[in-house]
Amino acid sequence: MTATIPAASTPAPPVPAPPGRRLDMKRRSIPYWLSLAGAAWLIVLFLIPLISGLIVSLMTGNPETGYTLTWNWGVYARIFTGAGSQYGTFLVRSLWYGAASTVLTIVVGYPLAYFIAFRVRERWKSPLLMLVLLSFLVSFVIRTDMWAFFLAPQGPVLSALHDLGIVSKGFRILGTPSAVIGGDTYNTLAYMVLPIYVALERIDGRILEAADDLYANRRQVFFRTVLPLSRAGIFAGVLLVFITNVGDPVNAALLGGSGTYVFGQAIQDAYLTNQQYNVAAALSTVLMVVLGVIMFVYARTAGTENIEDLV
Amino acid sequence: MSTTLPRPGDAAPAPVSTPAVVPPEPPRRRRPGLAIVFWVVIGITLIPIVTMVLYSFNNAPTSRITFHWNGFTTYWYRNLTQVSGLTHAFVVSLEIAVLASVISVALGTPMAMALARYRFLGGPVLSSIIFVDIAAPSIVVGAASLSFFLSINLATGFLTILLVHVAFDVAYVVVVVRARLSGMGRDLEDAAGDLGANPLVTFTRVTLPLLVPGLLAAGLLAFAMSIDDYVITSFVAGPTVTFPLFVYGAAKVGLPPQVLCFGTLIFVVGLLILLANGMLNRRMVTRPMTPDQLVAADPATASVT
Repeated sequence: MTATIPAASTPAPPVPAPPGRRLDMKRRSIPYWLSLAGAAWLIVLFLIPLISGLIVSLMTGNPETGYTLTWNWGVYARIFTGAGSQYGTFLVRSLWYGAASTVLTIVVGYPLAYFIAFRVRERWKSPLLMLVLLSFLVSFVIRTDMWAFFLAPQGPVLSALHDLGIVSKGFRILGTPSAVIGGDTYNTLAYMVLPIYVALERIDGRILEAADDLYANRRQVFFRTVLPLSRAGIFAGVLLVFITNVGDPVNAALLGGSGTYVFGQAIQDAYLTNQQYNVAAALSTVLMVVLGVIMFVYARTAGTENIEDLV
Repeated sequence: MSTTLPRPGDAAPAPVSTPAVVPPEPPRRRRPGLAIVFWVVIGITLIPIVTMVLYSFNNAPTSRITFHWNGFTTYWYRNLTQVSGLTHAFVVSLEIAVLASVISVALGTPMAMALARYRFLGGPVLSSIIFVDIAAPSIVVGAASLSFFLSINLATGFLTILLVHVAFDVAYVVVVVRARLSGMGRDLEDAAGDLGANPLVTFTRVTLPLLVPGLLAAGLLAFAMSIDDYVITSFVAGPTVTFPLFVYGAAKVGLPPQVLCFGTLIFVVGLLILLANGMLNRRMVTRPMTPDQLVAADPATASVT
């Protein structure tokens, strides 16, 4: 994989500098000047905020009197063990929705990617990929709410099912975990299809011919050559889909109900509704650490040489 | 549908415009199962789009969308600006998206040049930061940004939204421009150097013109990411209302039909840009995109937040 992407991992050696130490120094400083402004922006407005989240979580106080830094690590224990605290449940629920929707995007997305990569003529590949991406042209909140509209009790799906006598009057789709997982899957399907497609496209056709020549049947060709060779694509897709869906509050808010309250909603509500800044910051830090650990373990076991190549 | 299925004779396409180095086509078999799965799934993903477009024309009796079809009307389009707050929110979103994409292209392009063309101390770290920026869940980025603004006592509003949008846009810009630079190779730049052009001339006369499509793609991607962001913006918006925030708030009580009109207009503009891009690509090169170009052009690498 590293061989096919000439990205930052293997930059071409710099052109030999003209003689003279001053010119050499000047040349060496070029990349620093080039990245100065962008790097400063990223450090001040992305990296430092991530750390300041940790610091805010260690403050105590309330919205009226303000918060002061007291290094109160107890907030982390209180989140999960405090009387009546349900944050543990919300976290587990988020992880479950994230895992379920990730598996579903693989099951649904792999055939799509495979179809475009191997079963259509070259000139149709780009249009079909665009078709997969078409949903992204509709605003995220609108397209999710359109599902809520479509699946509502008076909507066409439930009215039709009810008229046909398939479901009882009280049957609901909205408000169930299935609705939230379905929404997550729908909104992130393309994140799975595209990396898998890219991986499949890179497979050398001669390898498949060789498998054929060696009397592999269709199933063996797929499971012994195609699937292992597309592993990097699945890995990238899992990374994108799982992280996105574990943290997402929108699908649960628009498609779910009180029984599908997820960790992302808890963070939003703690910050924006209850203004418990320290609790909210602690929850967000917990989510980041949990996702970081899961992804680290996954990267180690699923084994990909260089994650950055996949972005 | 049948047009997309390979026919038996298609295994070797006419080699008129195809370059000699095209890898051999993988073996093809005619089985309709995959095609059916593909079109069924695509059909399902189109449901929200069709619903949105359709119901933006529904002659609803109230100013909330309802399921009952009361006949076709363009009333909501003719009264697009009627809903108080909606138009303003849309304009705010446009302003932020334009500013954020311009700033992020200005910041990201030189950084992509540095990362693609030089080996330097801190380069790998910078790449990692960009990767984490893209991979980090929006909810964490939003919460962390709000923590930061609270810590430094900066009131949240238009400015903080812009600052944060640039911070996530710039990562996408770097990825797109860097992929474009790597795909370009440096032969032409080296040739310019051999012919006596100094680095500045090489950049303005060779690199930049070649880079324009990449910059456009990066800018559009940044624009799309910015105008569509709900989660991060919800934290740092303060009293400012953007289009996604307005829609989210209205969704709880039922959307005004004008929201669907705005959504449809965005969809149509996006579709026109995609089609124009597709036609340009087809005219310039008859080959499909290579994987690297695809990664570069791909709004989904993008939509990670």
